[in-house]
Amino acid sequence: MTASNSDDAIVVEGLRKHYGDVHALDGVDLHVPRGSVLGVLGPNGAGKTTAVKVLTTLIQPDAGRAIVNGIDVVKDPAGVRRSIGLAGQSAAIVEELTGRENLEFVGRLFHLGKARSKARAQDLLEQFGLTDAAERRAKTYSGGMARRLDLAASLVARPDVLFLDEPTTGLDPRARNDMWGVIRELVAGGTTLLLTTQYLEEADELADNIVVFDRGKVIAEGTSDDLKDTVGGDVVEFTIDDANDREAALAAVRSIDTTDPTLTDTGVITVRAGDRGSDRLVEVVRALDSAQLRPQGLGLRRPSLDDVFLALTGHVAEESADSETATERVGG
Amino acid sequence: MSALTDMPSRNIVRDGVTDTLVMTKRNLLVWIRVPAYIMFTLVQPIMFVLLFRYVFGGAIPVSGHYVDYLVPGVIGQTMGFGSFGTAIALANELQKGTIDRLKAMPMARSAVLLGRLAADTLRMTLVTLVLVGVGAAMGFRFHGGVLDAILMFVYAVLLGLTICTVSAFIGLSLKDEEAVQGFGLIWVFPLTFVSSAFVPVRSMPGWLQHFAVNQPFTQVIDCLRAFASGDPVGNHWWVSLLWMAGIMALFVPLAVRAYRRA
Ligand SMILES: Nc1ncnc2c1ncn2[C@@H]1O[C@H](COP(=O)(O)OP(=O)(O)OP(=O)(O)O)[C@@H](O)[C@H]1O
Ligand SMILES: [Mg+2]
Repeated sequence: MTASNSDDAIVVEGLRKHYGDVHALDGVDLHVPRGSVLGVLGPNGAGKTTAVKVLTTLIQPDAGRAIVNGIDVVKDPAGVRRSIGLAGQSAAIVEELTGRENLEFVGRLFHLGKARSKARAQDLLEQFGLTDAAERRAKTYSGGMARRLDLAASLVARPDVLFLDEPTTGLDPRARNDMWGVIRELVAGGTTLLLTTQYLEEADELADNIVVFDRGKVIAEGTSDDLKDTVGGDVVEFTIDDANDREAALAAVRSIDTTDPTLTDTGVITVRAGDRGSDRLVEVVRALDSAQLRPQGLGLRRPSLDDVFLALTGHVAEESADSETATERVGG
Repeated sequence: MSALTDMPSRNIVRDGVTDTLVMTKRNLLVWIRVPAYIMFTLVQPIMFVLLFRYVFGGAIPVSGHYVDYLVPGVIGQTMGFGSFGTAIALANELQKGTIDRLKAMPMARSAVLLGRLAADTLRMTLVTLVLVGVGAAMGFRFHGGVLDAILMFVYAVLLGLTICTVSAFIGLSLKDEEAVQGFGLIWVFPLTFVSSAFVPVRSMPGWLQHFAVNQPFTQVIDCLRAFASGDPVGNHWWVSLLWMAGIMALFVPLAVRAYRRA
């Protein structure tokens, strides 16, 4: 991806940043056309936050170039700061201040002046459905409200380019959906957005293009359909509780055709559905039934980051490998 | 669509001052809204005055009234304890990502640190006033002139500001609120108690006296006491200033460096 032009709101070339032995960014190239949404997808420690920090002038890269809104982040960080908004992995709002005060203070720090800061705060409170909670201290906000306020704060100065670092991590499904709605509206207004996430579904919902990060490198890029094709569409997933039956279950699903099932320590088996979709589900049910096996929680689901990762790298995401989701590639 | 901030470039110094004022106001607003902070910064020193005045004071031989000895001592000690807030707030804001958010805005970067120090200095000025008031109710009196009284305030607040720069450095270096509360501020205890704050230094064992007499808290507290009593200040005034200037000369650059790297 060397082709970049002046219509790109973000251009990144050969970006590197290391911390001791850790290559947080190991030669990253990106370009984000103006008005589009780039989803940066990656597991814990992939380098997503590091990339956002370089692009928002919070840290300096060791090598490479990063241009935001036509401005070089190293040469003119102050210029970059005037055209960006940032909301991050945790809601960095001041809990003792009310929602309104939080937004007004941000306006003042952007030098909007008192009157404009007030007006802008009011607009944003309305836009984000926070008018009822406006005079309450942010401490009393739910996780979803706090994130919305944080997002609102990043928009006070109407940035041309917005960076959202895992805006929904830690939110329940409902709050996540609300947040998606808000972000979708923003994007419809033409804001360029770089969004990091650990959820393929989120990138799928919001992003025009997706890049997948692994250990500081871009290991895949494309639309969400491209990525799903890599995985082979949806996946059929079920659990075999009895450890003695698991090999038999694998053999049974392998007999269907070129499925490439995976098994985790906890007995979760996933099978790619490919273009067969729900027909595959039926096939799996039949195969297990004729092998007289009793699966738990059998169902068809959309591919997750783990599935994409597995398909791309042959291993699961680094840091989740030592957690309970450790998956071992079986066969293939 | 263009950013709201695409406006003619403004005066850097004026922006710096405005941003610092905005941050100061924000920090003070937070302070008055947290009962625990008020408790710690205001009620605790008052407790010390009461305890020492009515419980321990009778057993501590000083020339003159003990309350006149005590109030400047508690003021000095409070400047040390009051600096906890600086370290805790900075560590907390680093941890929560608030400082990163501020750093990504086009505001003056120095305003985060300056606004913190300004708010904390104002807070300490207020506490000093309250302590003088509480002391007065228990018999504390200024025996010097108006200038002496003013000088006592100035020295007290300077001490507060000095210790705050040390705390700022600690908060910004540890970057962890619990670590700051756990061990980042232990040094304040020996410095404030092994001083002339509550008892005359000559009542301490000889080896401890050397430390107690020469350390900055004793120097400044002796100054405060001399200004309050109207007694001659001797060389305490310049030894204090030297201490404070030296500490700031060391810790201001350290704090700024830690802030830049944080
Ligand atoms: N200040 C730092 N000092 C040392 N190592 C760091 C620092 N910041 C990040 N790293 C390391 O760099 C790598 C990338 O971190 P980064 O925070 O960018 O990952 P991430 O993709 O944002 O992960 P997460 O999803 O957990 O937020 C990690 O291995 C991390 O431990
Ligand atoms: Mg991150």
